[in-house]
Amino acid sequence: MLKILKYSFFDLIRSKWSYVYFLFYLVISSSLLYLSGDISKVIISLMNIILILVPLIASIFGVMYYYNSREFTELLLAQPIKRTNIFLGQYIGLAVSLSSSLLFGLGIPFLIYGIFRSAEIWNFIILIVTGVFLTFIFSAISFLVALKNENRLKGFGIVIFLWMFMAIIYDGLFLLSLIVFKEYPLETISLTLSMLNPIDLSRILILLKLDISALMGYTGAVFRKFFGTDTGLLLSTLILVMWTVLPVWAIVRVSGRKNF
Amino acid sequence: MSHIIQIANLYKSFGKTKVLQGIDLNFEESKISVVLGPNGSGKTTLIKSILGMVIPESGSIKVMGTEIQNQWAYRENISYLPQIANFPANLTVQELVNMITDLRGKAARDESELINDFGLGPFMKIRLTNLSGGTKQKVNILLAFMYDSPILMLDEPTNGLDPVALIRLKALINRKKAEGRSFLITTHIMQLVEELADEIVFILEGLVYFKGTVTSLKKTFDEPDIEKAIAKILLKNNVV
Amino acid sequence: MNRPNGYSGIWGLQMGLLLLMTFYSFFCAAGTVKVDQNGKVKTIQEALAMSGSGDTILVYGGNYSEGTILIDKPLTLIGIDRPIIDGHDRDSDIIIIASDSVTLEGFTIQNAGTSYIKDLAGIRVRRKNNFVIRNNHLINTMFGIYLEKANDGKIVDNQVIGQAIEEVSSGNGIHAWYCKNLFISGNTIVSHRDGIYFEFVESSQLVDNISRNNLRYGLHFMFSNNDEYTNNLFEKNGAGVAVMFSKNINMYQNTFANNWGSASYGLLLKEIYDARIEENIFDGNTMGIKVDGSTRVTYHNNSFENNGWAIKFVGGSYDNKINNNNFISNSFDLVLESARNNNTINGNYWSSYTGYDLDKNGIGDIPFRPVKLFSYIVSRTPESMVLLRSLFIDIIDFSERVRPMFTPENVMDHAPLMNKVVY
Repeated sequence: MLKILKYSFFDLIRSKWSYVYFLFYLVISSSLLYLSGDISKVIISLMNIILILVPLIASIFGVMYYYNSREFTELLLAQPIKRTNIFLGQYIGLAVSLSSSLLFGLGIPFLIYGIFRSAEIWNFIILIVTGVFLTFIFSAISFLVALKNENRLKGFGIVIFLWMFMAIIYDGLFLLSLIVFKEYPLETISLTLSMLNPIDLSRILILLKLDISALMGYTGAVFRKFFGTDTGLLLSTLILVMWTVLPVWAIVRVSGRKNF
Repeated sequence: MSHIIQIANLYKSFGKTKVLQGIDLNFEESKISVVLGPNGSGKTTLIKSILGMVIPESGSIKVMGTEIQNQWAYRENISYLPQIANFPANLTVQELVNMITDLRGKAARDESELINDFGLGPFMKIRLTNLSGGTKQKVNILLAFMYDSPILMLDEPTNGLDPVALIRLKALINRKKAEGRSFLITTHIMQLVEELADEIVFILEGLVYFKGTVTSLKKTFDEPDIEKAIAKILLKNNVV
Repeated sequence: MNRPNGYSGIWGLQMGLLLLMTFYSFFCAAGTVKVDQNGKVKTIQEALAMSGSGDTILVYGGNYSEGTILIDKPLTLIGIDRPIIDGHDRDSDIIIIASDSVTLEGFTIQNAGTSYIKDLAGIRVRRKNNFVIRNNHLINTMFGIYLEKANDGKIVDNQVIGQAIEEVSSGNGIHAWYCKNLFISGNTIVSHRDGIYFEFVESSQLVDNISRNNLRYGLHFMFSNNDEYTNNLFEKNGAGVAVMFSKNINMYQNTFANNWGSASYGLLLKEIYDARIEENIFDGNTMGIKVDGSTRVTYHNNSFENNGWAIKFVGGSYDNKINNNNFISNSFDLVLESARNNNTINGNYWSSYTGYDLDKNGIGDIPFRPVKLFSYIVSRTPESMVLLRSLFIDIIDFSERVRPMFTPENVMDHAPLMNKVVY
């Protein structure tokens, strides 16, 4: 698997899209740092970008990479290599190369700016960690969608819809249902609903760092336990891990049964 | 005479299309077996089943005596030349060769000789995306032959080859056969069948309709050449 | 905040005393009584009985348990090597100052006890003036220093450490009721009900104090006018400071930090008039300032950073000026029902401002609306807080900003600054 991972990774980081993706983060974070000069403000702006853009790019790259490497995959399938390892290797190669674009694109300007001497270091780390999680989750989801759909157009359509649903529509329906059912106890439900969407979940992980003082303004005991102790951090991280593992497990299952 | 590949009662369908409907077939060692059949008859599915790329619904496949279901290590003994040659676009030919060598974990044997024979020397440092179809097919041949595997499965090996390369390929196949390698080839070029085949397997609608030598095919259907014999099979079964 | 180093302070004091005593022994030795457990006078009560007005009592190190000590003459009591006066939880006051012009310094006063009925105190001053309480440690005394109708006093450099667990059985660190002209400076007050409590206290000053981990408020004003507090630190209290039903309170250069909770505020204002709130720092509070009725209050040069809400107004507030403040990285900057009540918001720096400054005059060219639609949604459906900073919320906030439908249209800063206010 490591060998496949290595080849997928080097294949990808040599593609121009990886450079574009890397340069995008490089330009955006350095210009934000240059323009505002306030690290915490830049981190908040980047948070919005990461929560939306990382899932989108990971989704698109995921299906694109899968469909484009279809023949290469067949070449690999004829080699004495375990099937699962081929797909896991490709998936991890993809996720790692996207994550490194993110990591270096954001990391280099912040490093030059002196993030390690800043009090914002933890916020920055949380930002990177959630970005990496989202990359792994959404490239796994899109890989899975591509595995299940031979039709490229359909595959693209499905991942774009999934992205739009999780990034915007879900929260709209979420808010609407909170307003409609506001007479009922909603604490646990609203936390559960946030956990069910990896984008919301990552956002909460960031809120725990940036907006804890506002979150503590709510009286409910469940909220207070969740946000006020390490419970929230642990639970969110755990569920993010589950969100990563679940589609990967599905990739293993689906790819094991698929005909090429 | 031992059977290098044994296929028993193999069934496979994609959705409602029944592709293989109970194939019983043995391929013999050190022979060139050519699988013939019209498009959609199940040739490629059969080859892919042997490679484990298609997972059959029922039946058994044994390669060199071992059942292949859920196995992967047996592919060490097989080299495969796929019909469509498409490789990771950003790699050079040399890198691809190195990669396959690395993945198989075993050094290539006849690499430089093959590169010479097919005139690939000048292309080794060129990215695969910039190669012509013919050159890609040569790379394909290089990859299939450089391991000297006991079994070689070639799916339309002559696609896009120039006459010189074609002659070299045929010579290569013959030489390897003489060295004891077993071949499983699909092709549409009847001349190639005539020249190479020790044995012909004719598949139609997922079933084996004929298995035997070129001579016995001609004899059975009382036709002077393969093409006509095949046409006869097709007409008899109302396929055309 | 620059506080004198305790060690050198005590050392200086001892040097001074040495000189003073040498002087006394030559001329008027009669004015000084020494209390020492190995000496002639063994208890403070004895010394109080034998000394006259204006005398100095020097109490040397040791543990003195003598019930309630009543000081009824104008005396100076000085502890040397920090003698301990222990109440042994007998549920009574430990020291009562019952004379004008008493100075008490250098003692540790501990263990008054706990009561649900009586207000026990470490030091109580009742209807007397001109007292100085300096450099004492009050430990576990329910109420630390309790002033009733006591004026013109100085309370300086004391440490008041309580063990408050619940509000009903705990007292305030420094409690003042009907007092005038108090000067309270350099004290550290920890773990009481209120750190400092003022009720009907006039013309008093609070400077350089630290109030921390108190159950209710770090500092609490009730019906108190014309007071000023400057350069104090309020941290991790139930709420930082509460100013209620008071007029003319000046609040300068204080720090309100890390007050978290559903009823936690850096500063709580209730029905106050003519106050000035300037150059304070509000950092990491659930609510920086909660305002429930403020009139003619100036909010000027303050910094609000990392608060849940920087300023939240509820109830009628009139003629307030919110100018030249920094609003940085707060979840919500401002909640204000309407600007019809003649409040002005002008020339503040808002980190969430996304406008531009084409004429390069340091002032954004388009006005800023600090009130978000989402803050209204959250006040109606608090659980929706988990959607904070989601793209959907940003979109509805943005569209509301472009064309206000739910938030007051006229609450806006017409001259938002491009850079932080420096003062």
